[in-house]
Amino acid sequence: MTQTAPNSLTAEAQGVAQMADQLAEYANRLAIDTAQYSFEPGAASGSFLMTGLTVFVLACFVGYYVVWRVTPALHSPLMAITNAISSVIIVGALIAAGPLADGMTFSKLMGFFAIILASINIFGGFIVTRRMLSMFKKRG
Amino acid sequence: MSSLAPLLYLVSSVCFIMALRGLSSPVTSRQGLNYGISGMVIAIATTLFTDIVQSYWLIVLGIAIGGIIGTFIAIKIKMTALPQLVAAFHSLVGLAAVLVAAAAFHNPLAYGIGSPGEIHLASLIEMALGVAIGAVTFTGSIIAWGKLQGVITGKPVTFSGQNIINAALGLTLIALIIILCMTESVAVFWMIVALSLVIGVMVIIPIGGADMPVIVSMLNSYSGWAAAGIGFTLHNNLLIVTGALVGASGAILSYIMCKGMNRSFLSVVLGGFGAETTASAHVSNAGKSAKIGSAEDAAFIMKNSGKVIIVPGYGMAVAQAQHVLREMGDILKAHGVDVKYAIHPVAGRMPGHMNVLLAEANVAYDEVFELEDINRDFAQADVAYVIGANDITNPAAKTDSSSPIYGMPILDVERAKTVLFVKRSMGSGYAGIDNPLFFADNTLMLLGDAKKMTEDIVKALEA
Repeated sequence: MTQTAPNSLTAEAQGVAQMADQLAEYANRLAIDTAQYSFEPGAASGSFLMTGLTVFVLACFVGYYVVWRVTPALHSPLMAITNAISSVIIVGALIAAGPLADGMTFSKLMGFFAIILASINIFGGFIVTRRMLSMFKKRG
Repeated sequence: MSSLAPLLYLVSSVCFIMALRGLSSPVTSRQGLNYGISGMVIAIATTLFTDIVQSYWLIVLGIAIGGIIGTFIAIKIKMTALPQLVAAFHSLVGLAAVLVAAAAFHNPLAYGIGSPGEIHLASLIEMALGVAIGAVTFTGSIIAWGKLQGVITGKPVTFSGQNIINAALGLTLIALIIILCMTESVAVFWMIVALSLVIGVMVIIPIGGADMPVIVSMLNSYSGWAAAGIGFTLHNNLLIVTGALVGASGAILSYIMCKGMNRSFLSVVLGGFGAETTASAHVSNAGKSAKIGSAEDAAFIMKNSGKVIIVPGYGMAVAQAQHVLREMGDILKAHGVDVKYAIHPVAGRMPGHMNVLLAEANVAYDEVFELEDINRDFAQADVAYVIGANDITNPAAKTDSSSPIYGMPILDVERAKTVLFVKRSMGSGYAGIDNPLFFADNTLMLLGDAKKMTEDIVKALEA
């Protein structure tokens, strides 16, 4: 009895230690998972869809009211300037072309071409708009 | 920086809204343009300072190449070629959207939308929509450019079963998008791109030259939706806001243009306008004869009138007659004649086309009036000088319910005491419809090139 007691006690202690180890491991994994989920924006993509949709719908309304106020005489400059600002997708192209990479990856190449196209639009669109607007003069 | 970036993107979005807001009047328009440029600079600079962008030489090279090309084109382009230019620019936005989506599809890690082979479902759907709209915008705009430039026939290209084929293509596209979402296959991604490119051609090819203002506006709208779609993919609110603004702008312009032609958007998109109109040309004008006048007659009538309203149309743009037209207006004003310009919403090949050309010729914008503002004035006008316009003055739109343009708002030039109608020949307009105005008692036809005729009138006025 006196011999078995310390034995079982050691076994019990070992068991507890093992459980503590496991628990620590779980906690560790949980921490890593949490960190991963919170830093991975895609994990929140369900919620971004709602945010994005909210922004999108509200922006449509803003666009609707702002554009109806544009004087018909300036509808051509309106098309030119909206063309220029829609080239803000250059932001996506910069992200594609920006990362450090060994050599030219496919997505860097795509980004590069997209930057060229968007830049043509940005420069061309704004300059043509300026040319048009500079011609509109009042009498006298 | 990462916390500052969304804030700066927000500033950029507000700048873009202010840019459009500035266009509410020519006075504030230049300020609006500056807002637009600032917004773009902020957007690009913010992106360059984010952690993801670390290699700059490729970016600088790309912006330099694009910037030089864009600047060169914008400086060289003639104002009469504006509609083509805008269509060409739209195609670039569409293609850029396709490329960005392809980049995101192949390297989703950079955009934080998953890892290759495991892109999030929502991102895949958004990406597929963005790439499809982008590709349709790309080829659609190229066809529109070709039609406006005269490289492709301006006549509607139709064939039997067209709408069925288009519907089949559309359904196939939807099926492919669903397959992409399930398999994330690279091949399917490119099949979506290819199919959308074909759809872009199919959608624009049946649309005639006279409907181009609607189409150019519609493509403007598409380029916005494509940008918004990419914004959803990249989780970027700036792109979503800008895309929505541009999309709304194009949609409103399309609506205004459709209203200007009294046609439903659907009927324009389904195309074929002008093909069926040959049948309605039965409103024969046999037995009636038009009065043909000379430049001297026109000069004499206008010099002795009190009020002249000039109605320009696409023919003025083609003949580049805007400068000599302004000269004629100046001489008339020197003779004490009240000169105004009347612009129909669909005159020309893009919204506001005539306003820009007149502004280029130094016509003050407060002498140029929109249809609803000037239409009552025709009754008090002595002369309506119609140059290069036809369908937009056709009284059949009010009286003949069998006319294809019936119900379209027109400029009431026939109410003026005398209508001087400058026209190359007695042929019908773009819509292929006879204009009874040619044979009206108070109409004097001035047959000849718009520019040459106006030059001759100027000479006669100065004599």
